[in-house]
Amino acid sequence: MGKVSMKLINEEGLRHDGRRPDEMRPVTMEVGVLSNSDGSALVSFGRTRVLAAVYGPREPPQRYMILPDRALLRVRYHMAPFSTSERKSPAPSRREIELSKVIREALEDIVLTHLYPRTSIDIFIEVLQADGGTRTAAVTAASLALADAGIPMKALVAGVAVGKIEGVLVLDVDEIEDGSGEADMPVAAAPDIGKITLFQLNGVLTREEIERGLDMALNAIQKLVEMEKEVLRKKYTFNV
Amino acid sequence: MSLTPYRIPIVPEIKKQTLLSLYDKGLRPDKRDLYTPRDLTVQVGVIEKAEGSALVKLGRTQVLAGVKIEVGSPFRDTPDEGVITVNAEFVPLASPYFEPGPPDENAIELARVVDRSLREVNAVDRKSLVLIPGEKVWIVFVDLYILDHDGNLFDASMLAAMAALLNARLPDYEELETGEILVKKEVKKDPLKINHIVVSTTLAKVGRHIIVDPSLEEETVSDTRLVVSYDETLRVVGIQKTGPSSLTKDEIIKMINIGADSAKIYFKALAQAFQDAGLPVKLEL
Repeated sequence: MGKVSMKLINEEGLRHDGRRPDEMRPVTMEVGVLSNSDGSALVSFGRTRVLAAVYGPREPPQRYMILPDRALLRVRYHMAPFSTSERKSPAPSRREIELSKVIREALEDIVLTHLYPRTSIDIFIEVLQADGGTRTAAVTAASLALADAGIPMKALVAGVAVGKIEGVLVLDVDEIEDGSGEADMPVAAAPDIGKITLFQLNGVLTREEIERGLDMALNAIQKLVEMEKEVLRKKYTFNV
Repeated sequence: MSLTPYRIPIVPEIKKQTLLSLYDKGLRPDKRDLYTPRDLTVQVGVIEKAEGSALVKLGRTQVLAGVKIEVGSPFRDTPDEGVITVNAEFVPLASPYFEPGPPDENAIELARVVDRSLREVNAVDRKSLVLIPGEKVWIVFVDLYILDHDGNLFDASMLAAMAALLNARLPDYEELETGEILVKKEVKKDPLKINHIVVSTTLAKVGRHIIVDPSLEEETVSDTRLVVSYDETLRVVGIQKTGPSSLTKDEIIKMINIGADSAKIYFKALAQAFQDAGLPVKLEL
């Protein structure tokens, strides 16, 4: 990994899978895919597939967790053991613990938790297949599952990562690109209210690249949110 | 599973309003301006038995970092590189809000942010840590011990980790005929090969204000924080948004620019610490 010298951007400026630098992988979104949960969604970015389910508002499992003025948000990001090439132990890794926190913090400012004091809103995310961009697909799936559960939100959220490979800024990095890229910058945002709710940079980018990369990400996120709206509209519009 | 924190210091709304009106005048409770970090001291070599160590005091926040170096096997996918691992312990003596037990999500996030900032630019040259390629390498453990929590653990920990790594010396060793490595811990030899010096600046958003190096009180009232890591040329080598609220693109860009000035102050403090200890470190700025 990272050691294989392979051209990731060819002479025509295309990526290893034929995408342009600012092109996402094929995206699919589905809501209401599970029967027990109050809301659910399945999102795929190329071969990355993430399932999210929402339970709540409901009673928190422990009384001491109760927040008197708003709902408690509980988020678990977890990867299935078969989601990676090498089996991933089902025990939560340090990475999964960090990402659960980062994803929760991406949703805290979006969910109208003050409407449901003393309750818990639980978001369970399972990565079924990991091929890069799982945290951003996870935020996107969580946003859809929350909407599907009828939880009031300020706006819909979506996420995508921008990477730098062979000196070129690229949108929606996959696993091969992430493994040998110079930088990876996952972003999640609620474009309708102009808020960036998740932001990380791993690697080196100039300030100009950060700004340009943010524009690329926000542009794509706008489209993802439009797609979320379309999927929700399709499910919740009835013709009598 | 990550939960909305329910065990956090309660700050009365009136306190938040007081802070906000101070910020409106460009002031802070400890008489700093909005973009200046607290007084900083770095002491190196404070734990003799560690291969490297440093105690950082950033205002009343104290972080002790220790480096231990042992022989181990390389990762299968990087047979020609040594290993660096960063771990953080929020020891219960540091704060009434810390409980004994395995690292929680905050400690894990802190350790991973420090780890990534060092790793992405190969701050400690991993190739220089190979003893027998594919078989035996040096494993460098950086353990961060939070001793007193008064906010901004990220910057203090990053400084402590960097100072301890700059201070660290590899132990002497002998390669036996059996292929085993006999480590002679009592003899300290060469320093680690350091390619880049990395520090981080934490910026908090409080209402419409941006402040640098928040104290615990300020962190508690802040909406969210951005931790920006810089190398000695002030390149941005890592960023983490931490905290429940959101930022705009303009705020992020502004924070990255403001943070660079604090980074310069941090680099100076690091250089001063090594000068005081009679161990000059070359810092190109």
